[in-house]
Parts: sequence; C-alpha cells; structure tokens
Amino acid sequence: MSDRRDDFTDERQQVHSDKGSGLTTERSKFDVLIRLARKRMAMAGLAIIFALVLVTILAPWIAPHDPYDQQLQLARQAPGGDFPLGTDNLGRCVLSRMIYGARISLAVGIMVVTLRALIGIPAGLISGFYGGRVDNVIMRITDTFIAFPGILLAIAVMAVWGPGIFNVMLALSIVGWPQFARLVRGEVLSLRETEFVEAGRALGLSDGRLIAKHILPNVLPIIVVYGTLGMAAPIVSEAALSFLGLGTMPPDISWGRMLSEGRRYLRHAPWLATFPGLAITVVVLGFNLFGDGLRDVLDPRQRD
Amino acid sequence: MYTYIGRRLLQLIPVLLGISVIVFALINLTPGDPVAILLDQDATQDEIARLREQLGLDLPWWQRYIQWVGGIVTGDWGESFRDGRAVLPTLIGFMPATIELVIASMALSVGVGVTAGVISAVHQDSWFDHFTRVGAFLGISMPNFWVGIMLILVFAYYIGWLPASGRSGIENIILPAVTLGTSGMATITRITRSSMLEVIRQDYIRTARSKGLPERSVVYKHALRSALSAVLTVIGLQLGFRLGGTVIVETVFAWPGIGRFAYQRMMQRDHPMIMGNLLLFATMFCLVNLMVDVTYALVDPRIRYN
Repeated sequence: MSDRRDDFTDERQQVHSDKGSGLTTERSKFDVLIRLARKRMAMAGLAIIFALVLVTILAPWIAPHDPYDQQLQLARQAPGGDFPLGTDNLGRCVLSRMIYGARISLAVGIMVVTLRALIGIPAGLISGFYGGRVDNVIMRITDTFIAFPGILLAIAVMAVWGPGIFNVMLALSIVGWPQFARLVRGEVLSLRETEFVEAGRALGLSDGRLIAKHILPNVLPIIVVYGTLGMAAPIVSEAALSFLGLGTMPPDISWGRMLSEGRRYLRHAPWLATFPGLAITVVVLGFNLFGDGLRDVLDPRQRD
Repeated sequence: MYTYIGRRLLQLIPVLLGISVIVFALINLTPGDPVAILLDQDATQDEIARLREQLGLDLPWWQRYIQWVGGIVTGDWGESFRDGRAVLPTLIGFMPATIELVIASMALSVGVGVTAGVISAVHQDSWFDHFTRVGAFLGISMPNFWVGIMLILVFAYYIGWLPASGRSGIENIILPAVTLGTSGMATITRITRSSMLEVIRQDYIRTARSKGLPERSVVYKHALRSALSAVLTVIGLQLGFRLGGTVIVETVFAWPGIGRFAYQRMMQRDHPMIMGNLLLFATMFCLVNLMVDVTYALVDPRIRYN
C-alpha cells in the first residue's frame, strides 16, 4: 500500500526536510503531532486502534456471555435479543467470542512485530554499519526471503510444523523480518556518515558501543512507527492461516477460525461468517488509515 | 538492454539457490516425521525403515539437499510422497487454471483501478473522488477469504446469479476473479490517482493545456502515460502477491488450480510437492519482477541501469 502526498490531505503540504525519519528534533515531533491530529481519517484510524486495545483489556467485563459456554439448545440463533450477534453452531455467543478473539489478534500482531524486529534490527544494524561483504550477504538473504509470496511460505511452514499459536507467530516472523532489516539498514547508512558518529569514532568508542548507544536510539523512532503500522499484516495472516485450519487451535479463539467454521452454515446462519470478517476488516482499516496519515506527515516525499 | 537482462538473469542464480536452501530447511529440518504420518499407526519398525529408505529419507540431510537441487537443475523435481506422481509435470498441469484466474483478476484490477484512479484525480474532491478513496481503503483492508465468502453469500445464495464453485463455464470465473482482484484494484486505484495528481501539476501538462489541446488529450495522452510507469511497478508486485492469494481464493471457490492443489498437498504433508510448489512460485515471482523492471526501462527512457 503506498501513496503519494496528497491522498489524504486537502491542504498542500510543505516538504518536511529532516533527514531520515523526520523525528529527530523536539520541534518536528510537535509539528508531526499537530499535523497528524488535523487528519480526520488518520484520527479515525487511531480511534479504531484504541477501541481494539480497550476491547482486549476489558474483554471479561464487556463480553455479555462466557465465550466458551455451550448451550446446544440455543445453537445458531439469529442476531438479536440476548445474543446481539447471534450464536454459533454450539450455541456460543458470537459477540463474546469476537471480543475474546480480539485478544488473539492483537497478541499475534504485537508478538509477530516484536519477533520480526528482534531478528530484523540486529541484521539491519550490522548490515548498515559494517557495509561491504557483510552487508552484501545479509541483503542477499533478505532478497531471498522477499522472493516468496509471504502467505504461501507461511502456509507451507504451518502445514509441516502443525497448527498452534506459537507456530503461527514463529512462521509469520520468519516470513516478515527482512522488511525490518532493510528499513533499519537504510537508516543506519545515512546515520553512519553523520558527525556525531564520526565524533564517537574519533573518541575511540567500540563498534558495539557506537551502535548500541548512538545509532540504535536514532533508528528507534522509525522502527516504532513502522512496527505499529506493520501490525495489520500479521493480523490478517493469522486469520488467513486459521481460516485454512492451520493457525491457532481451540481453545484459542481466532476470528479467522470463527469465519471458517461459520462458513459451513453460510446459507442458514450467514452472520457466523459475516461478523468475524467484518471485525478483521475494521481493525485492518484502522491500521491502514492511521498508517497512511502518519506516512504522509512523516515523510511526504518518499513512498514505496 | 540485453546486457542488463543477462546480468539480471545471472543475479537470479544466487537468489534461487538461497530460495532452495530456505525451502529445504523449513520443510525438512523440522521436528515431526513425515513417514509416521504417511503410514498407519500400527506400522512396524521394519515397515517404517523400509519406507524411509524408499523415499530416500534415510540419507543425511546434506546428501538429500544435493540430490534435490541436482534433480531440479536436470528437470527431475522428485516424486510425490503420496501417489508417486512426478512433481514438475503435475504442478505444470495445474498451471492453466491458475493463470486464467490470475489474468482475469489482473485485467479487472487494472481496468477498474486505472479508470477509477484517473477519474478520481481529474475530478479531485468531487463526490466520485471521495467515494473512490473510501472504497479503495476498504478494498485494501478486507481479507480476501472474507470477500470471497460474502460474494458467495450474495451472488450465489441470495440472488443466485453466479455459481459458488468449480470451473465449468465462463460464469464460474467471475466471483473468484473479483475476490482475487479486489485488493489489487484498490491499490492500483490509489497509485494511479496519486501519480496522476502529481503529473497533472507539472509544467509540461500546463504547457499542453495552454497550447489549447483538448482536455481529453491532455489527460489521456500526456498525463496518463507518465503516470503509468508507477502503476506498472505495482502491477508487478501485485502479480507476486496474487500467486500467494490463489491458495486461499482457489480453496474458497474450489477452483482447480495450482493454489488449491498446493494447499491439499500441504495438508497431506507431501514434502516433494510442497517444496516444488514453493520453488516454482518463488521462481515465477522473480521472473515477473524481472519482466517488470525490463518493461519499466522500456517505458521510461530516463531510467538507465548500470
């Protein structure tokens, strides 16, 4: 997903000319926030993300029923009354299951992004800092991973490893870390030439210290931004894997799994497949809207 | 140009080699014994050992890897664990249905996406523009498996216009093609719109206008042409994603292509088929990207590769 400057702004924006992430000074930080707050679509996205976080935290209090409670005599009730979004084939409350399912989605999003960062950041730091042959080798490895359609590799890996939430997280992390590595490398390449890094070198700092104390903190803001925006993709991937029966396993509740189970009753209980898919769409929409606004504000020139 | 293509092809070799390592490692060097899954629970140790030997699984991993890669180079991609069918011809046999679906969905994405993007940019901030932008955001946010199911619900079950599965006639391809094409359509709309907006503001477009050229000619002959090179890159990337997407879409619509076949074989842990399929898709992905880069250079003469 990418876009040019104007997509979500009505006013023409002046080019923000900070080097790198555009988050380097206090003043620009403030600027960014102000301009972000002016974007209605981005704020709508942020509201959705907040709502998701709230739902996962408050799940036990806001869910109308126990999500695991089976009442077979109430199976496949249409939405309304006691069950706002109906019941599934085992008579469980769809709304409550969706509320608890949000937890899995968010957990997968956060964990996968964290794991990707844990692999990608060191690789990118080393690659960018040392350059030369090391850089070449690491970049060829990322090329190789990027050459697969990600979801296909994840499906294959899950089929061989077997389903389960831990495997899902691991598979999706393996598939997605190279993007992080490339992002970090790009930032490090420009930082490496700056004066403060040169000064650090002149003072005789070790490479490790230079990287950890001086380069990493400067790369961190862009990593946090990218990581937040990167959470939508693993959420969809987990749902897709669960939809194919390769993702999370019961008792974990996953929107993708609810969707694939509901699909069997599509003709007579269409709400079972409709609502979980809608939930995924809304959450992904939230991340996309917010991400688009943020990208616009942070770096209006460069879109990939 | 030819040296460029030649060099790019040469660069593919290490990438493909790397791909083969990743595929082999992820599928083979993992816990879980494929033989145990292939045989009944009450198989004797003897039977297990015999099958393992038969499938070549008794050899050390590096020997198996060399055998596998050697086979790939010579066109022998191995045989299925399940039914002994040769991997490469079987996979190729499933290709036409998938190519058909990918082309149909691509035509849809490009046709609708470019048109909507151009109209949206030319009439910036009109109701059409707002509608398109919201629609495009929805398009990239909806997971394709859900889109497919909702289309089946509405067009196959409620209205009854279109079949929900199979590949018996022209009407069968419509729903899967729309499902596979939706997110790409949205992406292409967004890219077209933003590149058009960028181009429209440039001097030469103003010159064209002030020369008194008709608006239609300014938009379609001058602006669209240079906006299209950005669209082209996206189309290339889209083709790659779409290969992955076929696994899900073909499964939802029981479309008899390579994606559904791959999924079935993955569920059966048919390692040679899985590895062959991954390798084939990755190779196709690389070749498509190469083709896009070459086309890109042809379309936009400013680009030089050194």
